[in-house]
Amino acid sequence: MYWNKTRECMPREEIEAHQLHKLKETVDRVYHNVESYRHKMQQRGLLPEDIKSLEDLRILPFTTKQDLRDNYPTGLFASPLSEIIRIHASSGTTGKPTVVGYTRRDISNWAELVARCLVMGGGRRDSVVQVSYGYGLFTGGLGFHYGAEKLGAVVIPTSGGNTRRQVMLMKDLKTEILACTPSYALYIAETMNEMGIDRSELSLKTGIFGAEPWTENMRNEIQAKLGIKALDIYGLSEVIGPGVACECGEQEGLHIFEDYFIPEIIDPVTEEPLPPGEKGELVITTIDKEGLPVIRYRTRDITSINYEPCACGRTHARIEKLLGRTDDMLIIRGVNVFPSQIESVLMAAGETEPHYLLIVDRVDNLDSLEVWVEVSEKLFADEVRKLEDVRQKIASDIYTTLGISVNVKLVEPHTIERSEGKAKRVIDKRKM
Amino acid sequence: MFVKQISVFLENKPGRLSEITRVLSEKNIDISAISIADTTQFGILRMIVNKPKEAVDAIKEAGFPVSTTDVLAVEVADRPGGLNNALQVLRQAGVSVEYLYSFIKRSEDKALILFRVEDPRKAVEALKSAGIKLYGSDEIASL
Ligand SMILES: [Zn+2]
Repeated sequence: MYWNKTRECMPREEIEAHQLHKLKETVDRVYHNVESYRHKMQQRGLLPEDIKSLEDLRILPFTTKQDLRDNYPTGLFASPLSEIIRIHASSGTTGKPTVVGYTRRDISNWAELVARCLVMGGGRRDSVVQVSYGYGLFTGGLGFHYGAEKLGAVVIPTSGGNTRRQVMLMKDLKTEILACTPSYALYIAETMNEMGIDRSELSLKTGIFGAEPWTENMRNEIQAKLGIKALDIYGLSEVIGPGVACECGEQEGLHIFEDYFIPEIIDPVTEEPLPPGEKGELVITTIDKEGLPVIRYRTRDITSINYEPCACGRTHARIEKLLGRTDDMLIIRGVNVFPSQIESVLMAAGETEPHYLLIVDRVDNLDSLEVWVEVSEKLFADEVRKLEDVRQKIASDIYTTLGISVNVKLVEPHTIERSEGKAKRVIDKRKM
Repeated sequence: MFVKQISVFLENKPGRLSEITRVLSEKNIDISAISIADTTQFGILRMIVNKPKEAVDAIKEAGFPVSTTDVLAVEVADRPGGLNNALQVLRQAGVSVEYLYSFIKRSEDKALILFRVEDPRKAVEALKSAGIKLYGSDEIASL
Protein backbone atom coordinates (compact mmCIF):
# COMPACT_ATOMS: atom_id res chain seq x y z
CA MET A 1 0.00 0.00 0.00
CA TYR A 2 1.22 3.46 -0.94
CA TRP A 3 -0.13 6.91 -0.23
CA ASN A 4 1.14 8.31 -3.52
CA LYS A 5 2.22 5.47 -5.78
CA THR A 6 3.14 7.69 -8.75
CA ARG A 7 5.62 9.65 -6.69
CA GLU A 8 6.84 6.97 -4.29
CA CYS A 9 7.51 4.39 -7.00
CA MET A 10 8.88 6.74 -9.68
CA PRO A 11 11.61 5.24 -11.85
CA ARG A 12 15.09 6.62 -11.06
CA GLU A 13 15.36 8.66 -14.31
CA GLU A 14 12.08 10.38 -13.52
CA ILE A 15 13.18 11.11 -9.95
CA GLU A 16 16.35 12.69 -11.28
CA ALA A 17 14.58 14.74 -13.94
CA HIS A 18 12.13 15.96 -11.32
CA GLN A 19 14.96 16.76 -8.89
CA LEU A 20 16.90 18.79 -11.45
CA HIS A 21 13.84 20.79 -12.41
CA LYS A 22 12.94 21.52 -8.77
CA LEU A 23 16.55 22.20 -7.76
CA LYS A 24 16.86 24.90 -10.43
CA GLU A 25 13.64 26.46 -9.14
CA THR A 26 14.88 26.40 -5.56
CA VAL A 27 18.29 27.88 -6.31
CA ASP A 28 16.62 30.60 -8.34
CA ARG A 29 14.23 31.26 -5.45
CA VAL A 30 16.88 31.60 -2.75
CA TYR A 31 19.17 33.64 -4.99
CA HIS A 32 16.47 36.21 -5.57
CA ASN A 33 14.74 36.16 -2.19
CA VAL A 34 17.42 35.48 0.42
CA GLU A 35 20.26 37.93 0.91
CA SER A 36 22.51 35.41 2.66
CA TYR A 37 22.30 32.81 -0.13
CA ARG A 38 22.79 35.42 -2.83
CA HIS A 39 25.80 36.79 -1.03
CA LYS A 40 27.39 33.35 -0.63
CA MET A 41 26.82 32.51 -4.29
CA GLN A 42 28.18 35.85 -5.46
CA GLN A 43 31.31 35.28 -3.40
CA ARG A 44 31.88 32.16 -5.47
CA GLY A 45 30.89 33.86 -8.70
CA LEU A 46 27.84 31.63 -9.09
CA LEU A 47 24.56 32.38 -10.77
CA PRO A 48 21.38 30.26 -10.62
CA GLU A 49 21.89 29.39 -14.32
CA ASP A 50 25.12 27.58 -13.39
CA ILE A 51 23.04 24.69 -12.12
CA LYS A 52 22.73 22.57 -15.24
CA SER A 53 22.84 19.08 -13.84
CA LEU A 54 22.29 17.35 -10.49
CA GLU A 55 26.08 17.06 -10.11
CA ASP A 56 26.25 20.86 -10.12
CA LEU A 57 24.64 20.80 -6.70
CA ARG A 58 28.18 20.27 -5.43
CA ILE A 59 29.37 23.68 -6.49
CA LEU A 60 26.90 25.31 -4.11
CA PRO A 61 28.03 26.27 -0.61
CA PHE A 62 26.80 24.36 2.44
CA THR A 63 24.27 25.71 4.92
CA THR A 64 24.79 25.08 8.62
CA LYS A 65 22.88 25.55 11.82
CA GLN A 66 25.14 28.53 12.44
CA ASP A 67 23.76 30.18 9.29
CA LEU A 68 20.28 29.86 10.78
CA ARG A 69 21.49 31.38 14.04
CA ASP A 70 23.33 34.20 12.27
CA ASN A 71 20.15 35.08 10.43
CA TYR A 72 17.88 34.78 13.45
CA PRO A 73 14.95 34.89 13.44
CA THR A 74 13.64 35.12 9.86
CA GLY A 75 16.65 36.17 7.78
CA LEU A 76 16.69 32.98 5.70
CA PHE A 77 12.97 32.97 4.90
CA ALA A 78 12.37 32.95 1.16
CA SER A 79 8.74 34.04 1.46
CA PRO A 80 7.35 37.30 2.80
CA LEU A 81 5.67 37.01 6.21
CA SER A 82 2.30 37.57 4.51
CA GLU A 83 2.67 34.10 3.04
CA ILE A 84 3.98 32.40 6.19
CA ILE A 85 1.21 30.70 8.17
CA ARG A 86 3.16 28.77 10.80
CA ILE A 87 6.34 29.02 12.85
CA HIS A 88 8.17 26.14 14.50
CA ALA A 89 11.42 26.37 16.41
CA SER A 90 14.03 23.91 17.56
CA SER A 91 15.07 24.11 21.15
CA GLY A 92 18.38 25.93 21.34
CA THR A 93 20.42 24.23 24.03
CA THR A 94 22.77 27.17 23.82
CA GLY A 95 21.45 30.61 23.02
CA LYS A 96 18.74 31.32 20.48
CA PRO A 97 16.55 28.63 18.94
CA THR A 98 16.42 28.18 15.18
CA VAL A 99 13.17 29.47 13.74
CA VAL A 100 11.45 27.85 10.77
CA GLY A 101 8.58 29.36 8.75
CA TYR A 102 6.05 27.44 6.64
CA THR A 103 3.79 28.68 3.86
CA ARG A 104 0.38 27.12 3.28
CA ARG A 105 1.93 24.98 0.55
CA ASP A 106 4.75 23.87 2.89
CA ILE A 107 2.24 22.74 5.51
CA SER A 108 0.32 20.84 2.86
CA ASN A 109 3.48 19.18 1.49
CA TRP A 110 4.59 18.24 4.97
CA ALA A 111 1.21 16.61 5.62
CA GLU A 112 1.64 14.69 2.35
CA LEU A 113 5.01 13.33 3.56
CA VAL A 114 3.69 12.30 6.97
CA ALA A 115 0.68 10.66 5.30
CA ARG A 116 3.15 8.56 3.26
CA CYS A 117 4.89 7.54 6.49
CA LEU A 118 1.61 6.56 8.13
CA VAL A 119 0.68 4.40 5.15
CA MET A 120 4.12 2.75 5.40
CA GLY A 121 3.04 1.81 8.90
CA GLY A 122 -0.22 0.31 7.65
CA GLY A 123 -2.33 3.45 8.13
CA ARG A 124 -5.68 3.79 6.29
CA ARG A 125 -8.61 6.21 6.27
CA ASP A 126 -10.25 4.37 9.13
CA SER A 127 -7.12 3.92 11.28
CA VAL A 128 -6.99 5.43 14.74
CA VAL A 129 -3.76 7.37 15.16
CA GLN A 130 -2.60 8.59 18.55
CA VAL A 131 -0.15 11.46 18.41
CA SER A 132 1.86 11.47 21.62
CA TYR A 133 4.60 13.76 20.37
CA GLY A 134 4.60 17.16 22.05
CA TYR A 135 2.42 19.80 20.39
CA GLY A 136 3.83 23.30 20.13
CA LEU A 137 7.01 24.79 18.74
CA PHE A 138 8.42 21.29 18.40
CA THR A 139 7.50 19.84 14.99
CA GLY A 140 6.57 16.35 16.21
CA GLY A 141 2.99 16.86 17.40
CA LEU A 142 1.57 19.17 14.75
CA GLY A 143 3.56 17.50 11.99
CA PHE A 144 1.97 14.14 12.69
CA HIS A 145 -1.39 15.71 13.37
CA TYR A 146 -1.70 17.28 9.92
CA GLY A 147 -0.35 14.17 8.23
CA ALA A 148 -2.86 11.91 9.96
CA GLU A 149 -5.69 14.30 9.10
CA LYS A 150 -4.59 14.33 5.47
CA LEU A 151 -4.73 10.55 5.48
CA GLY A 152 -8.25 10.84 6.85
CA ALA A 153 -7.44 8.83 9.95
CA VAL A 154 -9.05 9.34 13.34
CA VAL A 155 -6.54 11.52 15.16
CA ILE A 156 -6.22 11.46 18.94
CA PRO A 157 -4.04 14.48 19.79
CA THR A 158 -2.94 13.41 23.26
CA SER A 159 0.45 15.14 23.02
CA GLY A 160 2.94 14.00 25.69
CA GLY A 161 2.24 13.44 29.37
CA ASN A 162 -0.62 12.09 31.50
CA THR A 163 0.40 8.63 30.46
CA ARG A 164 -2.30 6.71 32.34
CA ARG A 165 -4.98 8.61 30.48
CA GLN A 166 -3.09 7.96 27.22
CA VAL A 167 -3.18 4.24 27.89
CA MET A 168 -6.88 4.35 28.78
CA LEU A 169 -7.73 6.18 25.54
CA MET A 170 -5.47 3.87 23.58
CA LYS A 171 -7.40 0.90 24.89
CA ASP A 172 -10.92 2.35 24.71
CA LEU A 173 -10.60 4.03 21.31
CA LYS A 174 -8.65 1.09 19.86
CA THR A 175 -5.60 3.05 18.70
CA GLU A 176 -3.76 1.22 15.92
CA ILE A 177 -0.87 3.57 15.25
CA LEU A 178 1.13 5.28 17.94
CA ALA A 179 3.42 8.19 17.11
CA CYS A 180 5.87 9.32 19.79
CA THR A 181 9.52 9.18 20.80
CA PRO A 182 10.90 5.65 21.31
CA SER A 183 11.67 6.35 24.95
CA TYR A 184 8.10 7.48 25.54
CA ALA A 185 6.89 4.25 23.92
CA LEU A 186 8.85 2.29 26.52
CA TYR A 187 7.42 4.48 29.25
CA ILE A 188 3.92 3.75 27.97
CA ALA A 189 4.70 0.03 28.13
CA GLU A 190 5.85 0.41 31.74
CA THR A 191 2.74 2.36 32.64
CA MET A 192 0.56 -0.35 31.10
CA ASN A 193 2.33 -2.82 33.33
CA GLU A 194 1.61 -0.74 36.41
CA MET A 195 -2.02 -0.39 35.39
CA GLY A 196 -2.29 -4.13 34.88
CA ILE A 197 -3.18 -3.75 31.20
CA ASP A 198 -1.88 -6.46 28.92
CA ARG A 199 -0.85 -5.62 25.37
CA SER A 200 -3.47 -8.08 24.12
CA GLU A 201 -6.16 -5.69 25.39
CA LEU A 202 -4.90 -3.04 22.96
CA SER A 203 -5.40 -2.81 19.20
CA LEU A 204 -1.94 -1.31 18.52
CA LYS A 205 -0.28 -2.52 15.33
CA THR A 206 2.42 -0.01 14.53
CA GLY A 207 4.54 2.60 16.22
CA ILE A 208 6.21 5.39 14.28
CA PHE A 209 9.02 6.58 16.47
CA GLY A 210 11.58 9.31 16.05
CA ALA A 211 12.99 12.63 17.26
CA GLU A 212 15.81 10.88 19.13
CA PRO A 213 18.37 8.23 18.26
CA TRP A 214 17.50 4.67 19.24
CA THR A 215 19.19 1.33 18.80
CA GLU A 216 18.03 -1.91 17.21
CA ASN A 217 17.98 -3.26 20.70
CA MET A 218 15.50 -0.67 21.85
CA ARG A 219 13.41 -1.51 18.79
CA ASN A 220 13.31 -5.17 19.81
CA GLU A 221 12.32 -4.24 23.32
CA ILE A 222 9.49 -1.95 22.19
CA GLN A 223 8.24 -4.49 19.67
CA ALA A 224 8.18 -7.22 22.28
CA LYS A 225 6.59 -5.15 25.02
CA LEU A 226 3.89 -3.54 22.91
CA GLY A 227 3.48 -6.36 20.40
CA ILE A 228 3.82 -3.99 17.45
CA LYS A 229 6.03 -3.20 14.50
CA ALA A 230 8.22 -0.24 15.43
CA LEU A 231 9.22 1.99 12.50
CA ASP A 232 11.86 4.68 12.56
CA ILE A 233 11.00 8.13 11.21
CA TYR A 234 13.58 10.82 10.55
CA GLY A 235 13.26 14.53 10.27
CA LEU A 236 14.60 17.80 11.50
CA SER A 237 12.83 21.10 11.83
CA GLU A 238 15.39 22.98 9.74
CA VAL A 239 14.44 20.75 6.81
CA ILE A 240 10.71 20.33 7.55
CA GLY A 241 10.15 18.18 10.63
CA PRO A 242 9.24 14.48 10.90
CA GLY A 243 8.68 12.92 7.48
CA VAL A 244 11.99 13.56 5.74
CA ALA A 245 12.54 9.80 5.73
CA CYS A 246 10.72 6.81 7.18
CA GLU A 247 11.05 3.05 7.33
CA CYS A 248 8.64 0.93 5.34
CA GLY A 249 7.43 -2.42 6.65
CA GLU A 250 10.68 -4.05 5.49
CA GLN A 251 12.57 -2.21 8.26
CA GLU A 252 15.68 -2.15 6.11
CA GLY A 253 16.48 1.53 6.07
CA LEU A 254 14.46 4.72 5.87
CA HIS A 255 13.12 5.87 2.49
CA ILE A 256 14.11 9.48 2.04
CA PHE A 257 11.49 11.28 -0.04
CA GLU A 258 13.58 12.21 -3.02
CA ASP A 259 10.86 14.18 -4.75
CA TYR A 260 11.17 16.73 -1.93
CA PHE A 261 14.76 16.35 -0.78
CA ILE A 262 18.13 15.65 -2.39
CA PRO A 263 20.33 13.72 0.01
CA GLU A 264 24.12 13.64 -0.12
CA ILE A 265 26.56 11.81 2.11
CA ILE A 266 29.85 13.60 2.70
CA ASP A 267 32.97 13.13 4.71
CA PRO A 268 32.34 15.62 7.51
CA VAL A 269 35.98 16.67 7.60
CA THR A 270 37.07 16.84 3.96
CA GLU A 271 33.50 17.66 2.81
CA GLU A 272 34.03 15.34 -0.14
CA PRO A 273 31.03 13.28 -1.34
CA LEU A 274 31.06 9.62 -0.34
CA PRO A 275 29.77 6.70 -2.45
CA PRO A 276 26.60 4.76 -1.52
CA GLY A 277 27.12 2.44 1.43
CA GLU A 278 29.79 4.56 3.08
CA LYS A 279 29.03 6.22 6.35
CA GLY A 280 29.25 9.97 6.54
CA GLU A 281 27.30 13.10 7.27
CA LEU A 282 23.87 13.47 5.73
CA VAL A 283 23.44 16.69 3.77
CA ILE A 284 19.97 17.67 2.59
CA THR A 285 18.76 20.11 -0.02
CA THR A 286 15.04 20.87 0.01
CA ILE A 287 13.62 21.21 -3.50
CA ASP A 288 9.97 21.88 -2.83
CA LYS A 289 9.92 24.28 0.05
CA GLU A 290 8.86 27.93 0.02
CA GLY A 291 9.15 29.38 3.53
CA LEU A 292 12.61 28.18 4.46
CA PRO A 293 14.36 26.29 1.68
CA VAL A 294 17.79 24.98 2.64
CA ILE A 295 20.63 24.31 0.24
CA ARG A 296 23.04 21.54 1.21
CA TYR A 297 22.09 21.65 4.87
CA ARG A 298 24.64 19.94 7.12
CA THR A 299 22.46 17.76 9.37
CA ARG A 300 25.45 16.50 11.44
CA ASP A 301 23.69 13.15 11.45
CA ILE A 302 25.71 10.11 10.44
CA THR A 303 24.28 7.52 8.08
CA SER A 304 24.88 5.87 4.72
CA ILE A 305 22.68 5.79 1.64
CA ASN A 306 21.43 2.85 -0.36
CA TYR A 307 19.96 3.14 -3.88
CA GLU A 308 19.18 -0.58 -4.26
CA PRO A 309 15.52 -1.31 -4.97
CA CYS A 310 13.44 -2.07 -1.87
CA ALA A 311 11.16 -5.08 -1.58
CA CYS A 312 8.25 -2.75 -0.79
CA GLY A 313 8.34 -1.34 -4.32
CA ARG A 314 9.26 2.21 -3.41
CA THR A 315 12.09 3.61 -5.49
CA HIS A 316 13.28 6.35 -3.18
CA ALA A 317 16.75 5.73 -1.73
CA ARG A 318 17.08 4.50 1.81
CA ILE A 319 19.26 5.89 4.56
CA GLU A 320 20.58 3.62 7.26
CA LYS A 321 19.14 3.97 10.77
CA LEU A 322 20.94 6.99 12.16
CA LEU A 323 24.32 6.09 13.63
CA GLY A 324 25.13 9.15 15.69
CA ARG A 325 26.21 12.73 15.29
CA THR A 326 29.30 14.12 13.62
CA ASP A 327 30.07 15.77 16.95
CA ASP A 328 30.85 12.29 18.32
CA MET A 329 33.17 11.38 15.47
CA LEU A 330 36.80 10.49 16.08
CA ILE A 331 39.50 10.45 13.46
CA ILE A 332 41.97 7.69 14.15
CA ARG A 333 44.85 7.20 11.73
CA GLY A 334 42.75 9.01 9.15
CA VAL A 335 39.74 6.74 9.61
CA ASN A 336 36.43 8.20 10.74
CA VAL A 337 35.21 6.29 13.77
CA PHE A 338 31.86 6.65 15.50
CA PRO A 339 31.36 5.29 19.01
CA SER A 340 28.05 3.83 17.81
CA GLN A 341 29.95 1.56 15.39
CA ILE A 342 31.95 0.09 18.26
CA GLU A 343 28.71 -0.28 20.18
CA SER A 344 27.19 -2.31 17.33
CA VAL A 345 30.19 -4.63 17.35
CA LEU A 346 29.82 -5.20 21.08
CA MET A 347 26.12 -5.82 20.69
CA ALA A 348 26.85 -8.38 18.01
CA ALA A 349 29.22 -10.02 20.50
CA GLY A 350 26.23 -10.67 22.73
CA GLU A 351 26.20 -7.58 24.88
CA THR A 352 22.70 -6.22 25.30
CA GLU A 353 23.78 -2.98 26.93
CA PRO A 354 27.49 -2.62 26.37
CA HIS A 355 29.49 -0.39 28.64
CA TYR A 356 32.66 0.67 26.93
CA LEU A 357 35.18 3.44 26.83
CA LEU A 358 37.34 4.50 23.92
CA ILE A 359 40.74 5.83 24.84
CA VAL A 360 42.51 7.57 22.02
CA ASP A 361 46.14 8.48 22.34
CA ARG A 362 49.10 9.36 20.17
CA VAL A 363 52.26 7.37 20.72
CA ASP A 364 55.30 8.17 18.53
CA ASN A 365 53.09 10.21 16.21
CA LEU A 366 50.76 7.29 15.67
CA ASP A 367 47.18 7.27 16.88
CA SER A 368 46.21 4.40 19.11
CA LEU A 369 42.78 3.28 20.17
CA GLU A 370 42.16 1.25 23.27
CA VAL A 371 38.67 -0.10 23.83
CA TRP A 372 37.71 -0.85 27.40
CA VAL A 373 34.84 -3.25 27.70
CA GLU A 374 33.15 -4.01 30.97
CA VAL A 375 32.87 -7.76 31.46
CA SER A 376 29.26 -8.67 32.06
CA GLU A 377 27.97 -12.02 33.33
CA LYS A 378 27.27 -12.80 29.70
CA LEU A 379 30.83 -12.22 28.49
CA PHE A 380 32.47 -13.83 31.48
CA ALA A 381 33.87 -17.34 31.15
CA ASP A 382 35.71 -19.43 33.67
CA GLU A 383 38.67 -20.04 31.36
CA VAL A 384 41.45 -17.65 30.42
CA ARG A 385 41.47 -19.01 26.90
CA LYS A 386 37.78 -18.24 26.42
CA LEU A 387 38.16 -14.71 27.75
CA GLU A 388 41.13 -14.18 25.45
CA ASP A 389 38.94 -15.40 22.60
CA VAL A 390 36.27 -12.86 23.53
CA ARG A 391 38.90 -10.13 23.57
CA GLN A 392 40.35 -11.08 20.23
CA LYS A 393 36.94 -11.57 18.64
CA ILE A 394 35.94 -8.04 19.60
CA ALA A 395 39.22 -6.65 18.28
CA SER A 396 38.93 -8.50 14.99
CA ASP A 397 35.27 -7.54 14.55
CA ILE A 398 36.23 -3.91 15.06
CA TYR A 399 39.01 -4.35 12.53
CA THR A 400 36.55 -5.84 10.03
CA THR A 401 34.02 -3.06 10.59
CA LEU A 402 36.30 -0.05 10.84
CA GLY A 403 39.56 -1.16 9.30
CA ILE A 404 41.63 -0.13 12.29
CA SER A 405 43.41 -2.30 14.79
CA VAL A 406 42.57 -1.66 18.41
CA ASN A 407 43.64 -2.98 21.74
CA VAL A 408 40.71 -4.40 23.67
CA LYS A 409 40.93 -4.40 27.43
CA LEU A 410 38.46 -6.30 29.58
CA VAL A 411 37.61 -4.43 32.75
CA GLU A 412 35.40 -5.04 35.76
CA PRO A 413 31.84 -3.71 35.72
CA HIS A 414 31.39 -0.12 36.89
CA THR A 415 34.97 0.73 36.03
CA ILE A 416 33.72 3.18 33.43
CA GLU A 417 32.51 6.41 34.91
CA ARG A 418 28.84 7.20 34.48
CA SER A 419 27.50 10.68 34.80
CA GLU A 420 23.75 10.95 35.35
CA GLY A 421 23.31 7.38 34.21
CA LYS A 422 24.93 8.12 30.87
CA ALA A 423 28.38 6.74 30.35
CA LYS A 424 31.24 8.80 29.07
CA ARG A 425 32.31 7.07 25.87
CA VAL A 426 35.51 8.74 24.77
CA ILE A 427 38.71 10.00 26.32
CA ASP A 428 40.85 11.66 23.70
CA LYS A 429 44.28 12.15 25.21
CA ARG A 430 45.55 13.73 21.99
CA LYS A 431 43.69 16.90 22.86
CA MET A 432 45.04 17.11 26.38
CA MET B 1 29.81 -36.19 42.54
CA PHE B 2 30.68 -32.67 41.49
CA VAL B 3 31.71 -29.75 43.62
CA LYS B 4 30.53 -26.20 42.86
CA GLN B 5 33.39 -23.87 42.10
CA ILE B 6 32.95 -20.12 42.02
CA SER B 7 34.83 -18.13 39.38
CA VAL B 8 35.24 -14.38 39.52
CA PHE B 9 36.59 -11.94 36.95
CA LEU B 10 39.26 -9.67 38.42
CA GLU B 11 41.24 -6.92 36.84
CA ASN B 12 44.96 -7.00 37.47
CA LYS B 13 45.12 -4.11 39.85
CA PRO B 14 45.83 -3.76 43.54
CA GLY B 15 43.13 -4.50 46.08
CA ARG B 16 40.78 -6.53 43.92
CA LEU B 17 41.45 -9.90 45.53
CA SER B 18 41.22 -8.49 49.04
CA GLU B 19 37.89 -6.94 48.09
CA ILE B 20 36.54 -10.44 47.42
CA THR B 21 37.94 -11.93 50.60
CA ARG B 22 36.49 -8.99 52.56
CA VAL B 23 33.03 -9.54 51.06
CA LEU B 24 33.16 -13.25 51.88
CA SER B 25 34.44 -12.87 55.43
CA GLU B 26 31.67 -10.36 56.13
CA LYS B 27 29.18 -13.10 55.28
CA ASN B 28 31.12 -15.63 57.32
CA ILE B 29 31.88 -17.68 54.26
CA ASP B 30 34.81 -20.05 54.51
CA ILE B 31 37.16 -20.56 51.58
CA SER B 32 38.56 -24.08 51.37
CA ALA B 33 40.42 -23.83 48.08
CA ILE B 34 41.59 -20.88 46.02
CA SER B 35 43.53 -20.32 42.83
CA ILE B 36 44.12 -17.46 40.41
CA ALA B 37 44.75 -17.79 36.71
CA ASP B 38 46.06 -14.54 35.39
CA THR B 39 47.21 -12.79 32.27
CA THR B 40 48.90 -9.40 32.06
CA GLN B 41 45.48 -7.77 31.95
CA PHE B 42 43.06 -9.75 34.02
CA GLY B 43 42.70 -12.75 36.25
CA ILE B 44 40.16 -15.41 37.05
CA LEU B 45 39.79 -16.19 40.71
CA ARG B 46 38.54 -19.72 41.44
CA MET B 47 37.32 -20.81 44.83
CA ILE B 48 35.59 -23.58 46.71
CA VAL B 49 33.54 -22.22 49.60
CA ASN B 50 31.22 -23.68 52.20
CA LYS B 51 28.18 -21.62 51.12
CA PRO B 52 28.38 -21.26 47.32
CA LYS B 53 24.94 -19.69 46.77
CA GLU B 54 25.48 -16.98 49.37
CA ALA B 55 28.97 -16.38 48.07
CA VAL B 56 27.73 -15.87 44.51
CA ASP B 57 25.07 -13.41 45.68
CA ALA B 58 27.53 -11.45 47.79
CA ILE B 59 30.12 -11.24 45.00
CA LYS B 60 27.46 -10.25 42.49
CA GLU B 61 26.27 -7.52 44.78
CA ALA B 62 29.83 -6.25 45.06
CA GLY B 63 29.72 -5.82 41.28
CA PHE B 64 32.00 -8.60 40.03
CA PRO B 65 31.14 -10.92 37.15
CA VAL B 66 30.81 -14.35 38.69
CA SER B 67 29.91 -17.84 37.51
CA THR B 68 29.80 -21.35 38.92
CA THR B 69 31.43 -24.40 37.43
CA ASP B 70 31.29 -28.07 38.34
CA VAL B 71 34.69 -29.45 39.26
CA LEU B 72 35.90 -32.77 40.66
CA ALA B 73 37.46 -33.06 44.11
CA VAL B 74 39.87 -35.96 43.83
CA GLU B 75 41.68 -37.61 46.70
CA VAL B 76 45.31 -38.49 46.00
CA ALA B 77 47.99 -39.90 48.23
CA ASP B 78 50.19 -37.12 49.64
CA ARG B 79 53.45 -38.56 48.35
CA PRO B 80 55.45 -38.50 45.10
CA GLY B 81 53.42 -40.05 42.30
CA GLY B 82 50.10 -39.52 44.03
CA LEU B 83 48.83 -36.92 41.55
CA ASN B 84 50.42 -38.73 38.64
CA ASN B 85 48.24 -41.75 39.30
CA ALA B 86 45.02 -39.76 38.88
CA LEU B 87 46.34 -37.96 35.80
CA GLN B 88 47.29 -41.25 34.14
CA VAL B 89 43.79 -42.59 34.69
CA LEU B 90 42.29 -39.53 33.03
CA ARG B 91 44.75 -39.62 30.16
CA GLN B 92 43.98 -43.27 29.45
CA ALA B 93 40.27 -42.46 29.48
CA GLY B 94 40.96 -39.69 26.97
CA VAL B 95 39.74 -36.91 29.25
CA SER B 96 41.74 -33.71 29.06
CA VAL B 97 42.28 -31.53 32.09
CA GLU B 98 41.59 -27.79 31.70
CA TYR B 99 43.21 -26.87 35.00
CA LEU B 100 43.75 -28.12 38.53
CA TYR B 101 44.66 -26.77 41.95
CA SER B 102 44.76 -28.08 45.47
CA PHE B 103 42.82 -27.70 48.68
CA ILE B 104 44.12 -25.63 51.52
CA LYS B 105 43.10 -28.26 54.09
CA ARG B 106 44.21 -31.84 53.87
CA SER B 107 43.15 -35.01 55.62
CA GLU B 108 45.93 -37.06 57.20
CA ASP B 109 48.22 -38.40 54.48
CA LYS B 110 45.82 -37.55 51.68
CA ALA B 111 45.77 -34.47 49.49
CA LEU B 112 42.66 -33.14 47.77
CA ILE B 113 43.02 -31.86 44.23
CA LEU B 114 40.36 -30.00 42.26
CA PHE B 115 40.09 -30.90 38.60
CA ARG B 116 38.28 -29.06 35.89
CA VAL B 117 37.99 -31.52 33.02
CA GLU B 118 36.56 -31.44 29.55
CA ASP B 119 34.17 -34.33 30.12
CA PRO B 120 33.25 -34.56 33.82
CA ARG B 121 31.00 -37.64 33.53
CA LYS B 122 33.58 -39.69 31.75
CA ALA B 123 36.23 -38.54 34.23
CA VAL B 124 34.12 -39.63 37.21
CA GLU B 125 33.59 -43.04 35.68
CA ALA B 126 37.26 -43.56 34.97
CA LEU B 127 38.47 -42.38 38.37
CA LYS B 128 35.92 -44.46 40.25
CA SER B 129 36.68 -47.64 38.40
CA ALA B 130 40.37 -47.06 39.17
CA GLY B 131 39.41 -46.97 42.85
CA ILE B 132 40.16 -43.27 43.28
CA LYS B 133 37.98 -41.50 45.82
CA LEU B 134 35.94 -38.43 44.82
CA TYR B 135 34.47 -36.04 47.35
CA GLY B 136 31.01 -34.54 47.12
CA SER B 137 29.91 -31.11 48.35
CA ASP B 138 28.80 -32.42 51.74
CA GLU B 139 32.07 -34.17 52.45
CA ILE B 140 33.98 -31.05 51.46
CA ALA B 141 31.88 -28.95 53.80
CA SER B 142 32.53 -31.28 56.73
CA LEU B 143 36.31 -31.29 56.29
ZN1 LIG C 1 10.76 -0.05 1.34
